[in-house]
Amino acid sequence: MVQKKGSRVLSDDTDDIARMKLQAVLLADSFTMKFHPITLERPKVLLPLVNVPMIEYSLAWLESVEVEEVFVFCCSHSQKVKEYLEKSKWSKAPNFSVITIESHDSTSAGDALRTIYNQGVIHGDFILVSGDTVSNACLRKALQEHKDRRKKDPNAVMTMLITHSKPSSLTHQTLIGTDEVFMAIEPKTKQLLYYEDKANLSKGILSLDHLLVSGSPLNLHNNRQDCYIDICSQEVLSILIDNFDYQHIRRHFVKGLLVDDIMEYKIFTHEISSYAARVDNFRSYDTISKDIIQRWTYPFVPNVHFSENCPHSVLERQGIYKELDVRQSHTAKVEAFTVVGKDTSIGHNTKISNSVIGQGCIIGHNVLIKGCYIWGNVTIEDNCKLSYAIVCDEAHVSEGAVLEPGVILSYKVVVGKQLVVPAYSIISLCPQPSQLDSDEELEYVDSNAVVIESPSKAEFEPDCSKASIFGHGYIWSHTDGGVREEFWRQSVAPIPLEKLEELSCIMHAVESDLNQDFDSLPVSGELQHDSECIDCDDGDADYDLDNDFEKEVEATFLRAVNEVPGVNEDHVILEVNSLKLSFNVSYADCAGALFLAVMKLALLDNHSTNKEFLASTNRVISRWKDLLKHYVKTVDDEIEVIMKFEEMCSESTKEFSPIFTSVLDRLYSEDIASEDAILTWASEKEGADESDKVFVNQASTFIQWLKEAPEEDEEDD
Amino acid sequence: MNFQVVVLVGGASKTLTPLVSKDVPKALLPVANRPVLSYVLELLESNELKDLIVVVQGQDAAVKVGSWISSAYADRLNVEVATVAEDLGTAGALRVVAPHLVANDVMVVSGDLVTDVSPGALAAAHRRHDAVVTALLCPAPVSGASDSGASGGKDKAKKQVRYNIVGLDPTQQFLLLLAAGTEIEKDIRVQKSILRAAGQMEIRADLMDAHLYAFKRSALQEILVANEKFQSIRQDILPYLVRSQLRSELSSNYQSDMEESWHGKDTVQNIQTWRSQHQAGARLSFPDLHSLGFNDGNRKVNDHLPATRKSHKCCAYIASKSTYCARVNSVQSFCDITRDVIGDSSHLSGYSFSLQNNIIHPSAQLGIKTTVGPQCMLDEGSQLGDKCSVKRSVIGRHCRIGSNVKIVNSIVMNHVTIEDGCLVQGSIVCSNVQLQEHAVLKDCQIGAGYVVTAGSEYKAESFTKK
Repeated sequence: MVQKKGSRVLSDDTDDIARMKLQAVLLADSFTMKFHPITLERPKVLLPLVNVPMIEYSLAWLESVEVEEVFVFCCSHSQKVKEYLEKSKWSKAPNFSVITIESHDSTSAGDALRTIYNQGVIHGDFILVSGDTVSNACLRKALQEHKDRRKKDPNAVMTMLITHSKPSSLTHQTLIGTDEVFMAIEPKTKQLLYYEDKANLSKGILSLDHLLVSGSPLNLHNNRQDCYIDICSQEVLSILIDNFDYQHIRRHFVKGLLVDDIMEYKIFTHEISSYAARVDNFRSYDTISKDIIQRWTYPFVPNVHFSENCPHSVLERQGIYKELDVRQSHTAKVEAFTVVGKDTSIGHNTKISNSVIGQGCIIGHNVLIKGCYIWGNVTIEDNCKLSYAIVCDEAHVSEGAVLEPGVILSYKVVVGKQLVVPAYSIISLCPQPSQLDSDEELEYVDSNAVVIESPSKAEFEPDCSKASIFGHGYIWSHTDGGVREEFWRQSVAPIPLEKLEELSCIMHAVESDLNQDFDSLPVSGELQHDSECIDCDDGDADYDLDNDFEKEVEATFLRAVNEVPGVNEDHVILEVNSLKLSFNVSYADCAGALFLAVMKLALLDNHSTNKEFLASTNRVISRWKDLLKHYVKTVDDEIEVIMKFEEMCSESTKEFSPIFTSVLDRLYSEDIASEDAILTWASEKEGADESDKVFVNQASTFIQWLKEAPEEDEEDD
Repeated sequence: MNFQVVVLVGGASKTLTPLVSKDVPKALLPVANRPVLSYVLELLESNELKDLIVVVQGQDAAVKVGSWISSAYADRLNVEVATVAEDLGTAGALRVVAPHLVANDVMVVSGDLVTDVSPGALAAAHRRHDAVVTALLCPAPVSGASDSGASGGKDKAKKQVRYNIVGLDPTQQFLLLLAAGTEIEKDIRVQKSILRAAGQMEIRADLMDAHLYAFKRSALQEILVANEKFQSIRQDILPYLVRSQLRSELSSNYQSDMEESWHGKDTVQNIQTWRSQHQAGARLSFPDLHSLGFNDGNRKVNDHLPATRKSHKCCAYIASKSTYCARVNSVQSFCDITRDVIGDSSHLSGYSFSLQNNIIHPSAQLGIKTTVGPQCMLDEGSQLGDKCSVKRSVIGRHCRIGSNVKIVNSIVMNHVTIEDGCLVQGSIVCSNVQLQEHAVLKDCQIGAGYVVTAGSEYKAESFTKK
């Protein structure tokens, strides 16, 4: 019986696994503009990466990790992606169904996943990748870990794949051109505790919540790269539905989950040693192409026919791949790590190195091509010089033209004879969209500009300097990221040496700044944790906090006085209340601080004699008495006000000292300071030093009068 | 080995009252009937570190400590005793003796340390890395394991203690971050430049600074002169060195020293190799990095690095979990350490235990039906009356203990008189105390010379002679 039971449980378990199809969501849209203007005409996932459309790498990999159902989410150019997939073998592959989901109003990965949630097609764990992922990682272990964790803890909603990669210490970016990432991972559980990818260079300090390090050790990583491959459970979708403002998976979703300590969702990491990277920008395009040529991505390399759209090519020595029917002149030299596509002809004395040449290209004589990506049907006439450029389909480079490093020629662009295209130029037949245009494409651009936090959109002005005298095409200005100087970071061209030197200088400057930052800290007592130091009080810190609070209250009050003519006291009260909460102070403190602010206002009025001064003070007090009364509720509060006033008179604003008694009188008559409070204050001061009693003495007659007054009252009764 | 050792010895300690008094400075407080300081001195001696400067706070204490050292270690160690003012911090004390230091490296150790970690191993690590400072970090004791006998409340209190937050490189040899581990709700600030250089940093909150450091002498002297405000090694000097390690300010004389003239260059190179190792360990996707000009350029730039860019190394020596490491800095720790020394970590005591797992001096006298349990210590000339019971306790020299006395989990120092029928439990009874008949003490500390009147009962109190 028992045995039977045991076996049934086991079979249930295996059934479970068998029943659950492994699903994947492939985002065929990166929701960024990094590949503009090329992606204006063709979706990014269909751009050739070593002569194979990018999406082929992603799909072939997904198939290899035993995914059975892929939902391809298309947004921009969705029709083209759909058509492509329908024609490809993926539509008829056994045990691997590719289903497209179309949406036109999605502007981010968050939107995309919300759309997918609404379709109700995801039934369990799924792999989230974008359509530009190149990987050969085996996911079996990661999936198993994810499942095991889920069994123990349903809050473990996501497993992120990371890999080892050290960003450059100078450029602070990885080899694939993405920003460096700072991650904190708990070494035992691999839980992700901190994630920072938009590294602010000017900030040399990374602040970790102290709660993170309370228990077990923690590993901080700067040498890991995010693969942007996530194993997600269904909850990820519902979390995105709940938080409809989450757009970017990393910047919003991951950060949101890490910060949120109520829901206690957890994200874990899995480190892979195999290859995984995303074509995020032109530099990663360059890097990943080279990795493919150098076979780091095996089996997804040019001479392995991993999908039907892969051309047949032959690997020669030194990493040279040639497809069929390449017509190469005997004097032409094709050097190491170069791929030459089908039907391409190469003229005499032409030299090609470290480049990818597409299919059907015609390359003339005496051409020099170095580190370039030349797509299909490109014509390059004689005596051209191309270095580190991307030349899209059907572009035409006329005789003697020179492309300097980092140039991008979009589809069908014509470069005229003898023209020198300056470094980092981007040329397209499409004009650069201006901000005023309101076509659909731009809407999408605009909303993305928000997502990527592009600081300025002002550079969208159409550049009419048509290259048409020499050829065809518009020169685009660099808009991505908005920082003109930074375009070299994500270009296919290697980073120029001058830039690196410049950066190393900047780094020193930053570090010496940092130095000062640290030195300005109190030198001693930084680590007051010694047992010997237990009784070190931190009264100083309290004092500073008080001061800060007073300043804030004063600023709030002055804002209310100056900005709005008919000031609403409720607003001041509301703001002061919030300050009270944030500084964690008492009502008495509020009363004191507000009183201080009111009195300072009185001080601002012009006054020549004490009498005028008194008058203006009285005016201000009457004007704001309601506000003060709101905070002066108990006798203690009143005493606090009087003490504050006394402190002002003796320390900060000595102008008040001659009129102390008069103002006190006024406070009494305006019911801000009651008799009890004044008498208590006076009696408290009784035993004080003579120097402290200056004002008590000054007000002695008034106090005397007060002491006698109640008796009169009683007599009246 | 050419190491000089500076032993810092506190005088009167607030946290150890009433155990410490004018007559018994902290250094001479008996732990299992041996002065605390002897544990450090003997450890150093066994590691062939015999060139010592003992710095004592306060004149009176210095005289006492000095005379004790000269009597006990006259022919074994080369000890100089120096006196500093009572209120000087650890850095202040070092500043006083700094001009007298001549060896290339200096070890600084707190006199209240009880450990079996080998200082020699730390010294070797320090030399191997050519570090400016090497600090000994010990795994924080797992509370409740070693001191199961202690009362529950105190255990909990101990658990809440947060140790320093320490950042280490992946090899656990370099100290990259040092932050306060207090309850102050502050974020931990990590310098990105250091994290970038190391690539990975392990942040741990379970390590304890054991107050045993090795310094490069020239650097130490320079820091002490240049930063007059520095009060404490742990709070000032160490954090300063750690945070400035990639932009060292240790300057001219440090470099112009004949021996160190190559040193600056060497460390820069080392850090670079350290980096390039990390880079090499990264994805090796580019055998021909030249085509990229990426790393190639990087290297060239590094060659151009301005000479001002200097760095020094801060190392950590992490004691293994099995070692014992604790400091006598509170009454609680004094009890715990005493119990450990005669109990689980008995190898520290230097005594050989009997078959019953206790030590009874041959000259001690036990009455009829008196039992002394395991993990007990009974020293020279002490007498116990009839029907007494001693469990897990230490009794010092020449104590006179009457009949029907129960001593459990307690420390009784020298020349104590305990009359008939007393019960002493979880308490510390200092020298020359008199407990009159039927006194009951539970979790109390009785200062030297105090007289507890007959029949009185006290719980969790502390007394000193007026």
